[in-house]
Amino acid sequence: MNKKINKSDFKTDWSYSPAPESTDHIKIVKKNDLFINGKFMPPEKGKYFKTINPANEQKLADVAEADKSDVDKAVKAARKAYDKVWSKMDPSERGKYIYRIARLIQERAREFSVIETMDGGKPIRESRDIDIPLVSAHFFYYAGWADKLSYAFPGKQAKPIGVAGQIIPWNFPLLMAAWKLAPALATGNTVVLKPAETTPLTAMKLAEIIQEADLPPGVVNIINGDGKTGRAIVEHEDINKIAFTGSTDVGKMIMKSVAGTGKKYTLELGGKAANIIFEDAAIDQAVEGIIDGIFFNQGHVCCAGSRLFVQESVADTVISKLKDRMESLIVGDPLDKNTDIGAINSKMQLEKIKMYVDIGQKEGGSVHQSSCGLPEKGYWHAPTLFTDVSQSHRIVQEEIFGPVLAIQTFRTVDEVIAKANNTPFGLSGGVWTDKGSKIFQVSKSIRAGVLWANTFNKFDPTSPFGGYKESGMGREGGLEGLMPYVNLV
Amino acid sequence: MSQREDIKKTYKLYIGGKFPRTESGRYIKWVDANNKGAVNICRGSRKDFRNAMVTARDAFSGWCSRTAYNRSQILYRIGEILEGRRSQFANELILQGSSKKEAGNEINQSIDRLIYYAGWADKYQQIFSRVNPVASSYFNFSYPEPTGVVSALAPNNSSLIGLVSIVAPIIAGGNTVVVLASEEKPLCSITFAEVLHTSDVPGGVVNILTGYRSELLDHFSSHMDVNAIVYCGNESEEIKLIQENAALNVKRPIVYTDENWLSKNVQDPYRILNTLETKTTWHPVGI
Repeated sequence: MNKKINKSDFKTDWSYSPAPESTDHIKIVKKNDLFINGKFMPPEKGKYFKTINPANEQKLADVAEADKSDVDKAVKAARKAYDKVWSKMDPSERGKYIYRIARLIQERAREFSVIETMDGGKPIRESRDIDIPLVSAHFFYYAGWADKLSYAFPGKQAKPIGVAGQIIPWNFPLLMAAWKLAPALATGNTVVLKPAETTPLTAMKLAEIIQEADLPPGVVNIINGDGKTGRAIVEHEDINKIAFTGSTDVGKMIMKSVAGTGKKYTLELGGKAANIIFEDAAIDQAVEGIIDGIFFNQGHVCCAGSRLFVQESVADTVISKLKDRMESLIVGDPLDKNTDIGAINSKMQLEKIKMYVDIGQKEGGSVHQSSCGLPEKGYWHAPTLFTDVSQSHRIVQEEIFGPVLAIQTFRTVDEVIAKANNTPFGLSGGVWTDKGSKIFQVSKSIRAGVLWANTFNKFDPTSPFGGYKESGMGREGGLEGLMPYVNLV
Repeated sequence: MSQREDIKKTYKLYIGGKFPRTESGRYIKWVDANNKGAVNICRGSRKDFRNAMVTARDAFSGWCSRTAYNRSQILYRIGEILEGRRSQFANELILQGSSKKEAGNEINQSIDRLIYYAGWADKYQQIFSRVNPVASSYFNFSYPEPTGVVSALAPNNSSLIGLVSIVAPIIAGGNTVVVLASEEKPLCSITFAEVLHTSDVPGGVVNILTGYRSELLDHFSSHMDVNAIVYCGNESEEIKLIQENAALNVKRPIVYTDENWLSKNVQDPYRILNTLETKTTWHPVGI
């Protein structure tokens, strides 16, 4: 046969049969109430909003919307639990409850993974292998800290702060809940948690587990709603601490709102990470790292490697390999185990991404997208990269939070460090080279909280995460992650 | 024979390792506790602050890449030079209302505080660093780095010890600083700048302004190149303002409400940690 082989024609050479994860064993509660004081209860005003599956736009469930009076109820429950039970409990007993939560999540991991994927649109491969295992690992790690705090802060005693209001985003719904809850509980605080309005379902499942674990009523309260509910939590007088993960704009609003109140806060905000590829890097590994850096979780990652810097001498090779690899990414049904890129989390986010792709082109950038087909129903965006952009382009400066990569080149180490730091953000960065001394030089010079050398987008409960500059303040994870939840006396 | 007249000192600002007058040409008449000697103190302006910020930013990369041992020695050197100039500080402290004994004690505590933080400059890294046992094949470690350029409002009720207690932990951590001296007791601040100037502290690492707190507070807290602001005091309106302004660029607002700056309770490595950031680095283990 004289068939011409087109190297990048992965469509004909690599076709996969559908391999969807089954959903028949999953019970999604159709009407989700507020979880306050250990009980599920309807909201005062009786309002509910719907949450949909972004992959097919079908409604999954109704969720109670908490208003001011519901927030007040939740804070009161948390205060009572703090004063009467949780802050007084022997820390080793506190730890046992948290261990119990970790174990229960492990037991029901599959259920959580499937719901996370249905509610948020992320590939089942990621929710199953990354999100949910990290959730239980996080609870497990912090459980053990509960009775060891005196070893964490030499020369000081660590005291709990009180009631923490925690507001989390939609990109890693349950994982962010774990990042917030585990250290707060281990240090003796009680919590009012608000999940994002597009992804409330796994947190409501977590509420079931918290009941099952017999946690004293009021220690964890979970209520849903949009920004108004979040604001009511931030502004509530009896909250002692705010922990927020989300956009830099909202983070700044929170800082302003709590100014002068004495409330403590930690913020994990936006990013625009530089991912730097030197000519002496293992190029194929680097290409995988670039893909993982920007297309992991559809690019809905605050630490995404959204600014790629490639050394000039290897730029053509890297970009051509990158385009080939993009072609092979499978975009589609998030529940399919072969899927690499799932659905965009919401219509609003999809519009924002499209707006930036438009801006990128209008400002003179050259766009390239993978030729994958996109499903008709649902919210989808093809993997996208831009070349011919420079420092002043908006798609280089602003966080897009989607599968859009901006590529620039560089010649010298000093040049790339200057370019990488030319941003108000400072959450993360990546460096790819085979030379150890260069790794230390570059990772030391990047003003960011997490540096991945010859890897990208790795997370672990023992590893502190958080930003410099406008990417936030405070750390989550590791010993540092205890600090935001204690007063040192 | 006529009596010899004293040479009076001109009190200026300390910016970028130089002693300029305020660009605004304004002054504050400062009168001593006995209503005798009068001194013209520079009334620093927004522009002075901005100039100081430029030098502080320029000095940052050099200062934070000094070795810890070197920073430690420079802090120790500040203590040495201060010890040698006790009498000058004693005179100023007495002019500002201290008794001779109180002045001596404040100088002792100030020197001791410098030596205390000199000792920390090459040790806090070990207290606040970790190797994190991640559950995958990576080597992962976290260590502290300086937050960057810090603006600071030294305590108003204290002259020398307050200033030293604020500046020492900030620079021990590798940050650079622009500090507003006590409005009530400004004399020692510029004399302290002379100590810094002869102690191998690179120009721009510490910048000292004098002036009205009420005028400069807004600028100190709203400047977009400030990474952290340290405020000493108890005025709730002021605290609210700096915390609000901090939101503009997510500055770290740090508030110290301590009253007694002579106490050893106001010194610990966590005060260094307040203007540090944790950086975590991952690297794969394998071939």
